[in-house]
Amino acid sequence: MGERLHGLGERLPRREAREKIAGRAQYLDDIVRPGMLHAAYLLSTIPHGRIVSCDATEAAAMPGVHAVLTGDDFPRLGGGAISDMPCLARGKVRYVGEPVAVAAAEDLATAQAAVRAMKIGYEELPAVLTIEEALADGAPQLHDDLDAYEKSSLIEYGGNVVSYQEMVEGDVDSAWDECDVVLESEFTTHSQYHQAIEPTGAIAEFDSAGKVTVWSTTQSVFRVQAEVSALLDIPMSQIRAIAPRIGGTFGGKGGAHLQPVAVELARRTGRPVKIVLSRSEDMMMMIRRHPARIRIKTGAMNDGALVAREAEVLLEGGAYCSESPAVLGAALLKARGPYNIPNVRVFGRAVYTNKSRAGGFRGFGNPQITFATESQVDEIAARLGIDPFEIRIRNAMHVGDKWLGGQTIEACGMTECIERVRDAARRRPRPVASVPGKRRGLGVACLAHVCGFLSTSAAVRLLEDGTVTVATGAVDSGQGADTALAQICAAALDVPVDRVNYVNPDTDASPYNWSTSGSRVTYMTGRAVAGAAERVKEQIFEHAADMMECAREDLELRPGGRVGIAGVPEKELPFIAISKRAHWAVGGPIMGHFSLMYDGERFDPKRALIRGFPFSNLGTYVFGAQAVEVEVDEVTGQISVVQAWSAHDVGRAINPLAVEGQIQGAFAQGIGYALTEEMVWDEATLINPTLMDYKVPTAFDVPYPIDPIVVEDPEPSGPFGAKGIGEPGIVGVAPAIANAVADATGIRLRDLPMTSERMLHALIGRETKGDGV
Amino acid sequence: MSGKRLVVLSINGRDVEVPARPTDTLLDTLREGLGLTGAKRGCNQGLCGACSVLLDGRTFRSCLSLTLNCTDRAILTVEGLANGNELDPVQEAFVASGAIQCGYCMPGMVLAARALLDENPHPEVDAIREAIGGNLCRCSGYTKIVEAIRMMGHS
Repeated sequence: MGERLHGLGERLPRREAREKIAGRAQYLDDIVRPGMLHAAYLLSTIPHGRIVSCDATEAAAMPGVHAVLTGDDFPRLGGGAISDMPCLARGKVRYVGEPVAVAAAEDLATAQAAVRAMKIGYEELPAVLTIEEALADGAPQLHDDLDAYEKSSLIEYGGNVVSYQEMVEGDVDSAWDECDVVLESEFTTHSQYHQAIEPTGAIAEFDSAGKVTVWSTTQSVFRVQAEVSALLDIPMSQIRAIAPRIGGTFGGKGGAHLQPVAVELARRTGRPVKIVLSRSEDMMMMIRRHPARIRIKTGAMNDGALVAREAEVLLEGGAYCSESPAVLGAALLKARGPYNIPNVRVFGRAVYTNKSRAGGFRGFGNPQITFATESQVDEIAARLGIDPFEIRIRNAMHVGDKWLGGQTIEACGMTECIERVRDAARRRPRPVASVPGKRRGLGVACLAHVCGFLSTSAAVRLLEDGTVTVATGAVDSGQGADTALAQICAAALDVPVDRVNYVNPDTDASPYNWSTSGSRVTYMTGRAVAGAAERVKEQIFEHAADMMECAREDLELRPGGRVGIAGVPEKELPFIAISKRAHWAVGGPIMGHFSLMYDGERFDPKRALIRGFPFSNLGTYVFGAQAVEVEVDEVTGQISVVQAWSAHDVGRAINPLAVEGQIQGAFAQGIGYALTEEMVWDEATLINPTLMDYKVPTAFDVPYPIDPIVVEDPEPSGPFGAKGIGEPGIVGVAPAIANAVADATGIRLRDLPMTSERMLHALIGRETKGDGV
Repeated sequence: MSGKRLVVLSINGRDVEVPARPTDTLLDTLREGLGLTGAKRGCNQGLCGACSVLLDGRTFRSCLSLTLNCTDRAILTVEGLANGNELDPVQEAFVASGAIQCGYCMPGMVLAARALLDENPHPEVDAIREAIGGNLCRCSGYTKIVEAIRMMGHS
């Protein structure tokens, strides 16, 4: 071949871009079904208590109200690695904002009036609101029946601890004495809200044969199908889950949550039922990023070699398990960073608290741990008088090195990423203050993330006219997976992308995919698409060999949907001739299926001591380096990011336009995480559940442009060498900013977010104390 | 709840008659009364910009205004921006520059861009940021959106 394949590396706009920009794309809340009812929730007003009475008489009797349900109507528990969560509170409430009851009515206002008319009696219990309170001796227990819950056998839990995990390599205790410098600090991070512009919602409708269709804002139609089935005891064959266009997820639309409630309401009323959360309900009920308290200790030699690392991570997980064990494990696994540190001990706990659930959010534990580790690497560099880029290059991993736990790195553009952001940043003159009272600084952070995990599948069919249809179960959350997967299919068959149809995920028709999570769709589902297309190609070749009376080995794929005899340019057949033959004469229609489970190297128990991890492999590693120039206003404390460079080794950019969009969007979300976005509680109550008080970056708050630097070091297991880039771009932003602030002011901020208030206090503290904080 | 009455709105160049309650916002009427679902309900508090429409050529939050107050105004929704299948040039620029990801903010965003370009055909970066400063996008980091609008100014 030699020339570029169709689709591969093409800067294509999203397939559905035109319908979206025309306002014609159909999202969940745009769907109206005949006779559809609207549902509203009643939320708990206390953080912890027993439900002693519940009077729905008045609500149920209101005109227009069709059903009122409470926890008693949902006997089963679901959730994460520990099945601890009811659809509506049962017996107890465990956070302010927990759904207690739901009503379905002719219109939303009536449903809201109905739940407001309900009378719930609580017997309040003492609440645990922080990590410290959760772990205190004699702390109130959130889950009295923790031992009885169904759970993964891999979890180590107890009391308010959802998960304890530990991994040890080398001998960290004896390593400290040999180090020339040892630093130890505590870092804290806060809770960030996903804030997809589209709020969460679901619609359910039964047909006359008892089968239910569920439309919802989701990252996985197959999780919806499975969880609705398990929670409501409906066979999966009677549940059809569909994803309309999705208005952003970032991890926040993972598991089923509203869906079972919508289904049960539809079952009881015999009418289609829609639930769409208000922005405030979405902030109070749905998941958020885990706050963390992280102690990091790192030892290095005078030449900058990092030799020992200890990390203790405590995560505040909220009232239910959700994804806390996996987030903790993922964070611990990144605690060594993309560096060859021989002696490592990482351990931590995720705990229950009487707050809304913490769960998966772009980065999945990595932004928290990397804020701590990459801040500390900079402090070590400063202590040793080594350039911050240089210390990272000296310690960076290369192909053949082992990740913490023993996984071999097969492809690694780490060093190139550092060099590229360094060179881009240094093309500008050394930052100087633009005006008196402002200070500028440059900061860098490295990161590695994973893509992979669990299973997926794809089906590729050759249509009668030689064009192609590809079906997968991968929901496109807006990141461009549909387009990238169509491009992979086009490349595998070397046909133009506009001749490839992509089927929207629908459990009735699509092959299984676990979820659009973990930066995995391009890498995992892309492998399935490439595999299925390969099987189509094999069948095309069988027909062609037969039709042209030649050996299969002599055949080659030619661009544009043709197959020919190598070395004989005039001997070839278009796909249409082959597909017509298959449909009408010989063999039957051509289709290829491919299934896979993430098959990367597992933890090596001979290399590392491992306790309590909820997984034994996670994915293929993706590397990156990010740099920022900041300006700190010494009068107001405001930190502004004025320049941003973000280099990522994506293996192979299937669609560079989409890759850049992921890098830029993640960077902006990282700026929000680092500087302004914070869910704030007054005791147990979230006091800023509106976009007025929760500050998401606007076009003014991020630099223009955010410079995406795409590094391509092909991953052998990836489709055409590709790896995932959904999450990595958020991971290093906060530490890069913290390092730039330290460069500008000499002040080391160890607590997120780095608000103006915090910066100002630190600046004032420096003046009065004469040193950093 | 009741008390609907017929009002006449000028939407996308046409007068339409629609029943509306005194409490209905323009967003309610567009989405539920007229099936014009291009304007999105992102926060319903006038903070995210996803519900933006143009009112007499200016960007306007349809979730904040009562329908009955909009009767004498020229309302342009995203549905009125394209001419059949022919997109407005600014919509084409958004497509070509890769600015569109999940798309939920896009109807409001592209109308804000249109209003800016009508007033200032060659905006610089800061003017663009100001014009779209009230429209939140969670996917893009804004770079490609600003590029799309600049592309229009330079074409």
